[in-house]
Amino acid sequence: MAEANITMNKILVGLLFGLILGAIDGATAWFTPEVRPMITGIMVGSSVKGMVVGLLCGWFARKVHSTMWGVVVGAALGLLFAFLVAAMPSANGHHYYLEIMLPGFVVGAIVGFLTQRMGTPLGRTTEDMKRAG
Amino acid sequence: MNRDLDRSVALKVFDPTFAGEAQLIARLEHPAVVPIYEAGLLSDGRCFYAMKLVAGTCLDKYAAGSPSLAERLRVLRRVAEVLAFAHSRGVIHRDLKPQNIMVGEFGQVYLMDWGIAAIQGTVDFRAPEPSLDSRSDIFSLGVLMRFLLPESSSPALRAIVTKAISTDPAARYPDAAAFLKDIDHFEEGRAVEAWSEPLWHGLQRFGSRNAILLWLLFAYAGVKFLLFFLRTL
Repeated sequence: MAEANITMNKILVGLLFGLILGAIDGATAWFTPEVRPMITGIMVGSSVKGMVVGLLCGWFARKVHSTMWGVVVGAALGLLFAFLVAAMPSANGHHYYLEIMLPGFVVGAIVGFLTQRMGTPLGRTTEDMKRAG
Repeated sequence: MNRDLDRSVALKVFDPTFAGEAQLIARLEHPAVVPIYEAGLLSDGRCFYAMKLVAGTCLDKYAAGSPSLAERLRVLRRVAEVLAFAHSRGVIHRDLKPQNIMVGEFGQVYLMDWGIAAIQGTVDFRAPEPSLDSRSDIFSLGVLMRFLLPESSSPALRAIVTKAISTDPAARYPDAAAFLKDIDHFEEGRAVEAWSEPLWHGLQRFGSRNAILLWLLFAYAGVKFLLFFLRTL
């Protein structure tokens, strides 16, 4: 990871990976036939959830430089927001707590990890940092 | 002893032919260059300069104490950094060897005995070309690295040494910064320029560098499979 010079700040990294991983996680709902008709709404909701978690993880990564704490905080945020999504009333009246919270927990941990390992803190580019020594 | 300040200093007395040495060192203001406090002429016509008395051990004795690989690379990095700095100011060392490197009691690294044009290096560490330039220092840096590395070191580190001590100066690292870049890459678990690593080694390096991420992705896939099978029960 981060082989190239990455000039995105950590919040942008969090938003981007939150969006991508959230969308992919939402897309896996296709394998659950009873919710397949709602796949678009699930993907949008999951992407927004991922972006919110990514935003918070990116903000945290700017304050705390620790891969372990990044993963822990990302996982906790992922779990929290997945719970909020799972608790929302659904069209068929079912709540998919396990199906949403378990992957949300892991996706949050991944986003937390990526925001620690990628991106530049405080909106600076790597070139800025080199110039600053 | 500097009586005014009540401190011990190192005093170097030398022939006036080498009077430029003090000026040369004074041009190099760097944490790894021992600072000169005073320079002058003695009554017998010889030159002297007084410099900070460094408390520490020479690199050869330091290396005999079996420091860790990370520690050895840290010392090597400091030497390469000061060489890069000196080269950028047009100064070459000419006599890089463990006896000219001191590791201070707080871990600070000093490169001493800066190059006088008359010095042609020490046989074991000297580049083969007749006239020495900055790439000759790179050669000596490579020999120094070979001296510092444990016998069972990584092939990537051995490749860095091989590139640095190439008999053809053009095949060496162009400057100390390029050498440092490869050391950085090695320490960060990235590919080094000096070595075309086999695919399996690249994958292994990628795996160890991104072990946490791979475990998280594996966990995600596991969770999805688990949920899928729970639903089909």
